[in-house]
Amino acid sequence: MDVWSLYELMKKSRQFEEAVTQLWKDGLISGEMHLGTGEEAIMAGVVSHLRSGDAMAVDHRGSAAFLMRGVDPVLLLKEMLGQEDGLCGGQGGHMHLLSKKHLAASSGIVGAEGPMVIGFALAAQTLRPGTVAVAFFGEGALNQGMLMESINLAAAWNLPVLFVCKDDDWAITTKPGTSTRGDMGDRVRGLGVSYVEVSGLDVEQVWKVAHQAIARARAGKGPTFLRARCVHFEGHFLGLLLLRLTRNPLREVPAIVGPLLRSFLLPGGGSLRERLAGVRLVLSTILSTLRDPRRTSSNDPVLRARAGLLSDPERLNGLDNRIQAETSAVVTSALHEVSV
Amino acid sequence: MKTMYFSEAIDDALAQAMKEDNRILVYGEDVPLLRRNLLVRFGPKRVRGTPISESAFLGAGVGAAMAGLRPVVELYMVDFLGVAMDALLNHAAKLDVFSGGRWTAPVVVRAPCGGGYGDGGQHEQSLWGWLAHIPGLVVLVPATPADAGGLMSAALHHDGPVIFLEHKLLSESFLEFLGSGGRSTVEYDVPREGARGPVPNHWEPLPIGKAVMRREGNDLTLVSVGVGVHRALEAAARLESEGISTSVLDLRTVAPLDKESLGNAVAHTGRLLVVDEDYENFGLSGELAAVILEVGIPFKYARVCTQATIPYARNLEDQTLPNVERIQSAARSLLQQ
Repeated sequence: MDVWSLYELMKKSRQFEEAVTQLWKDGLISGEMHLGTGEEAIMAGVVSHLRSGDAMAVDHRGSAAFLMRGVDPVLLLKEMLGQEDGLCGGQGGHMHLLSKKHLAASSGIVGAEGPMVIGFALAAQTLRPGTVAVAFFGEGALNQGMLMESINLAAAWNLPVLFVCKDDDWAITTKPGTSTRGDMGDRVRGLGVSYVEVSGLDVEQVWKVAHQAIARARAGKGPTFLRARCVHFEGHFLGLLLLRLTRNPLREVPAIVGPLLRSFLLPGGGSLRERLAGVRLVLSTILSTLRDPRRTSSNDPVLRARAGLLSDPERLNGLDNRIQAETSAVVTSALHEVSV
Repeated sequence: MKTMYFSEAIDDALAQAMKEDNRILVYGEDVPLLRRNLLVRFGPKRVRGTPISESAFLGAGVGAAMAGLRPVVELYMVDFLGVAMDALLNHAAKLDVFSGGRWTAPVVVRAPCGGGYGDGGQHEQSLWGWLAHIPGLVVLVPATPADAGGLMSAALHHDGPVIFLEHKLLSESFLEFLGSGGRSTVEYDVPREGARGPVPNHWEPLPIGKAVMRREGNDLTLVSVGVGVHRALEAAARLESEGISTSVLDLRTVAPLDKESLGNAVAHTGRLLVVDEDYENFGLSGELAAVILEVGIPFKYARVCTQATIPYARNLEDQTLPNVERIQSAARSLLQQ
């Protein structure tokens, strides 16, 4: 394990996504934008093990996976900017990144990574023994039937799969406690798949666990399910209402309180008790957002990895400066095409 | 007169019906936040969030409707029906016939649809033609707040499965939710008349399967639904300055189709130009031509539709979705034939 190169992967991804955030805010990137800021340790700890012939099924937060897998960042950014010479000709956008060369496919359909990774793994088992397929998804996807079916199929066919659950404790704006019962580990083990938990904030831990699981898969010993907890600093997507409410309460809260209050007071409908239960539910979602650990250094996998490298400040600063310069060059190069 | 935003009108009609009928409940992903105004009035038993389990909760909507409830099931986007299509295709749509007309499933599926804001081909589809293809499903595509509320009211009174499609460009709350509230640097071509407009003080169900003439004209008939109606109206206004008199028929309901209004409108002008944001092949646009041919009305025909997968890049997207320029150009060609 090379902690320096793991840190480099994470830091590059973070800087890239911060640049993406700015471009989105500037209106140069259209539509929704789902960032992976906060999950870099999981991505680096897993993707750094992949080699030629390995495949990835990726969710709607594909930037980190694609960058770390070695996809040209300029092509990636041009794709997000909707340019003809982007990774997918400007046709796919950030939710639908595809690189045939890397056997890497992302999708905006929650849980679709499951069937995709099964197919990739079947091809690996049949055509390229010794190669593996990895799927990335959030814990919300685990309630999607096709993913649960895929976990079973991976076990039944003893496929070389690593399922990676990036668990941020949110399914869009829903807390799992209100929509899910039972224990994730019990569920996965119940389907006959080996289950491992690791802190998604600690890249070295993720790397070690992924190393074992992937070696196991390469050796034909079957699938592993890896659950890694993390924090998505920007929530489900940029501009998420819940984060706007907590970050800009003076501007955002009045806009939703007026209609809420009017509706609460309207005659006809539920009893006062039911109405209050409704109010509590709205409030608890907002309070859960407030209580969510946000951008504190202890929850930031990039800062945590960096802290482990402080013994060589010269090398560290040099690396940071180089990554910063490279990211700026990527943005300049991608934007150059916009102005032409 | 009272005015409302498009989704506000839908929610208002829904609230009125929920007040009168305890069997109506609303559920779907993130519904506690998206329908928070209904939640604080009707409580969490009737306004529920779901896990990301479309096949389970949409299928459950069919079962619940069969067993006496009137569920309104919300999908995040109509595209995600792909995950859960069995519930509609093989169950909701079949029940009436399979039971010999003895059992129906009055479930309303409410789903945002349509493009024009840069989310790409997996999140911006229309799919009403695909759904209307299946016998047994009612497919509603309103274009104005008054129609949105009136058709939601109709859906809640209908005795079978109804797909209610809410175009995202008309739905201010949905665009805002998808992130536009987080920046002011992006503009969408939102038809103002469709996004906000006059509504009645009390909702009455609109007739299902009844089109409405939005504009009278003599040379050419434009037929559309949803945002396409507004694109057609704008094109008609521009064509007028070129001396072309254009009528615009808003179908409002894709299934069942108002064949009579369609036939009358086309018979009057002898020219049909379909504006359809859904896919061109094997869809609504071809169906309209077939209907007129079957009746035997002589007419000239053209269509402006979405011909391919909707590209992510905004400039390409704008060309792919039916736009005013494409409609004008197709209209001119049709008149020269």
